[in-house]
Amino acid sequence: MKHHFVLRVVAKFAIPFILLYALYVQFHGDYGPGGGFQAGVIFAAAFILYALIFGLDKARHAAPPGVVRLGIALGVLIFAGTGVAGMLLGGKFLDYSVLAHDAAHGQHLGILIVEFGVGVTVASVMISVFFAFAGRRPPER
Amino acid sequence: MLLAFLAATAIAIVRLRNLFAVVMLSGLYSLLSAAIFVILDAVDVAFTEAAVGAGITTVLLLGTLVLTDREEKRAPKFSPWPLAVVLVTGAALVFGTLDMPGFGDPDAPANKHVAPEYLADKVPQNPSGDAVTVGIPNIVTTILASYRGYDTLGEVTVIFTAGIGVLLLLGTPGRQGQPTPGDAPAPHLQFPRRRRSSANPTERSEGEA
Repeated sequence: MKHHFVLRVVAKFAIPFILLYALYVQFHGDYGPGGGFQAGVIFAAAFILYALIFGLDKARHAAPPGVVRLGIALGVLIFAGTGVAGMLLGGKFLDYSVLAHDAAHGQHLGILIVEFGVGVTVASVMISVFFAFAGRRPPER
Repeated sequence: MLLAFLAATAIAIVRLRNLFAVVMLSGLYSLLSAAIFVILDAVDVAFTEAAVGAGITTVLLLGTLVLTDREEKRAPKFSPWPLAVVLVTGAALVFGTLDMPGFGDPDAPANKHVAPEYLADKVPQNPSGDAVTVGIPNIVTTILASYRGYDTLGEVTVIFTAGIGVLLLLGTPGRQGQPTPGDAPAPHLQFPRRRRSSANPTERSEGEA
């Protein structure tokens, strides 16, 4: 799709807003609909749109597959690590109340971090799966 | 009304032989499901359905289509067994819904167990401890990330495992110096190119046959 001028211009215009919207959904999940799962998918959708319009090589340059693969594990580690941090601070596993000086703040902080972990894993998995699919050549016929 | 659209889309998906149209219709199906979820006040689920079902899945299916074929092979002859299995399963499912509680019924078991504690945002942590109060406006996030954090960790692990599985099956191009198809200099994602190639005579005759 390298020669679709309109598509290229529109995509270039839209992608920053998609990324921004993903971040909004990610960090506004406490107050409105949304959260890590949705934000991760929207974030990945921006990269997939980029890959569709500008080609997979450029998308691989923007999101190096090694970094993305790292993100798959990193998100789960952030989630589980938050739980372990709660244990180390004297609570139970995934008990956020002990993360800050009072319980409500701890809960807010814990949810924010955990949702971020979810978002990282979901976005990384989606981008990786897309790269894996799109990286294969169609069979010659 | 939306359910009727949903059924019409499903029938069209079954009837159509052009897989490109089928992929587009399955995206439409997801979008309709998302609309139904909005009507049922499940905004977070609708959000996910619209983003995953209508967005990512459609793109992945299109990617698969590039690797396979655009036309479904014609079944050799009509066989009654699949239809019978589908009808029996559907009838069993409908029969199962007959004694389910009504939508939003406050006396339903699902609304009696721990849901009142979650909705009041006061969950007794343990017999001796204080009640946990999260105090954020979106109750879905509260339940998902805090009260049911363990389950969500499991969900993320499922996604993690699924991603690893796909990478293991489809390979991770660009590592170990191994020449994989993805490293080829040819333009990737050849949706337009694919379309052009289907315009050549051999392909067309195959499609019309």
